Amino acid sequence: MNNSEKKRMNGEAEEENEEDVEDEGRDAWERTYTDERSWEALEEDESGLLQPIDNKAIYHSQYRRRLQSLSATSAASRIQKGLIRFLCVVVDLSKAAGEMDFKPSRMAVIAKHVEAFIREFFDQNPLSQIGLVIIKDGVAQSLTELGGSPEAHIKALMVKLGCAGDSSLQNALELVHDTLHKIPSYGHREVLILYSALSTCDPGDIMETIQKCKKAKLRCSVIGLSAEMFVCKHLCQETGGSYMVALDEGHFKELLLEHAPPPPALAEFAIANLIKMGFPQRAAEGSIAICSCHREAKVGEGYICPRCKARVCELPTECRFCGLTLVSSPHLARSYHHLFPIEPFTEISARQFELSRVASKTCFSCRESLLTPGAACTKCKQYFCLDCDIYIHESLHNCPGCESRRITPAAASATKS
Amino acid sequence: MATLPSKPIADDVSLLVVLIDTNPFFWSTSSSSLNFHQFVSHVLVFLDLIVRLSQLNQIVVIATGHNTCDYIYDSSLDTDQVTGEGELPALYSFVLQRLEEFVDKDEKLGAKQEGLSEKRASSLLSGSLSMALCYIQRVFRSGPLHPQPRILCLQGSPDGSEQYVSIMNAIFSAQRSMVPIDCCYVGSHNSAFLQQASYITGGVYVKPQHLEGLYQYLATVFAVDLHSRSFLQLPRPAGVDFRASCFCHKTTIDMGYVCSVCLSIFCKHHDKCSTCGSVFGKAQLDAASDRKRKASES
Repeated sequence: MNNSEKKRMNGEAEEENEEDVEDEGRDAWERTYTDERSWEALEEDESGLLQPIDNKAIYHSQYRRRLQSLSATSAASRIQKGLIRFLCVVVDLSKAAGEMDFKPSRMAVIAKHVEAFIREFFDQNPLSQIGLVIIKDGVAQSLTELGGSPEAHIKALMVKLGCAGDSSLQNALELVHDTLHKIPSYGHREVLILYSALSTCDPGDIMETIQKCKKAKLRCSVIGLSAEMFVCKHLCQETGGSYMVALDEGHFKELLLEHAPPPPALAEFAIANLIKMGFPQRAAEGSIAICSCHREAKVGEGYICPRCKARVCELPTECRFCGLTLVSSPHLARSYHHLFPIEPFTEISARQFELSRVASKTCFSCRESLLTPGAACTKCKQYFCLDCDIYIHESLHNCPGCESRRITPAAASATKS
Repeated sequence: MATLPSKPIADDVSLLVVLIDTNPFFWSTSSSSLNFHQFVSHVLVFLDLIVRLSQLNQIVVIATGHNTCDYIYDSSLDTDQVTGEGELPALYSFVLQRLEEFVDKDEKLGAKQEGLSEKRASSLLSGSLSMALCYIQRVFRSGPLHPQPRILCLQGSPDGSEQYVSIMNAIFSAQRSMVPIDCCYVGSHNSAFLQQASYITGGVYVKPQHLEGLYQYLATVFAVDLHSRSFLQLPRPAGVDFRASCFCHKTTIDMGYVCSVCLSIFCKHHDKCSTCGSVFGKAQLDAASDRKRKASES
């Protein structure tokens, strides 16, 4: 009896060992199929047709959590933000970027999301500039110079997509330091490193380079794709940036897009300055001039630099002949919502919703009837549905309730005091 | 979250959100040949035209008042509409009744305030634009097939400079969602905000020269759906002024100085920014410690 029991126990132990061995043979992406079984989340309705998975509730709770973390850092108060940013994006194209744990490969995923990031960045920061750097074969090369045109950067990135060799963090930091050293003092210097490798092959002491970057007031942030590394963490802590590691493609996209809005500015990082800018008028219809960017004759549809009268094709840009920064007032206006942010709405509990004296329980802005309690604005006390709440805070930046009220100076001073 | 709209039903089905300006300060002082009643009658016939052009067309009317904004009419709702009084169709009577209620409400809200000091009283355009955009987002969420939305502003009141930031926010959001903002401006001088709105979002801006024929402008320019606009020769903007105005004198300038911290625009070089208080040329910490030292010395 004892022998047979022992044999059974041994047999079970062996089975467990076998399972562990099998799991070790599988990659992480294979384990998501065996362990998580995404097909079981599908539902069928009465007639047997597949129902779409209801992402709304998940999406709303994600949004709520994000807002709470933002408001924890008091986003509503007027923190100074660095609006004129000079950002170097460093893409690690070493051998590790060819790994296939992100489909189809880490490199392809990075390229796709960096394109979306560049467009979003210029949408939110029209006066800023981006430069691209790649790390390949242990050397860092500058792919594009610091510039304000998204198309040029995206085209350059899509052409040069091949991975090889080792990754060198120190070379990248040296190159970025030299590039960002030349920019005017009012700009905020930032570096965003997309690091896939788990090691770095450096020619010298990387700690010295990190100190050099810290002294030059570079804010370095890293998004890792494999695992957390001490040297990246140290770099971000020293320079005041953020270090995150992406879990999957969706998470990577989220982390990347978090760097698009301007970060809070540390007062000693940039010197406030008055920048001379020109606001060009549109050229008259039918006027013919040689444009300064393409060096060819063009008809109508351009802008004329107010200082040297050269023709430029698009704004914002720097006049090639006199160096004046040319912008239009909407470009400046795009950044105003960072300076005057709206406060997050408060969530309404189910009980408050029942007790509220609002006659028809509809969302104030879209007039959809509120089936689940939504959110209310703290200033105008109007109710909004959760989808409008998300839209208002992420895209519109205006509370319709507050905008539909006229506040007289007397009332305004009463609320202030 | 999808910022790009999903597929529309058919090429020529539109959702038209009309923002009607009911600002009493404008309509009472308007010296043009159009008074409010005539204006509303032109607009009602135009709304009827849109509804008749296609069974699937939808209209939403939002009124822009002086003290508040509100929804007047939504063609997709099965309301127990007021039956036609006499010769007037049901649509007209319903809209007229709701407009009257709205104007009364607007007036009551204004009665609590003291008299206006400024002569140029603007309407709350930013509020109605925001509501229109939220409604359009709701339509985008409603399913894979929806009509093509656009916004038509029938505005007469002058621009309120305090609304600049909110209107620009609404314009950029409309640009991202690809919703054109058209404008038919019935006031006296051109509205710079609405010209910029139409230019940035790809809409049409018209300031009719003969206001007695307002319906003709509306029917020929604004009744057309978005897809067919590519086949028509629509009025083009004759020079949108994108120059900025300086914060100190409010004059338009073509070369100026911009504060790198708060992006306020000045025409002359200053030592200190009047908006954010940053001292130029010095690092902020140095400036703050200078101020403290001076305060302790004095």
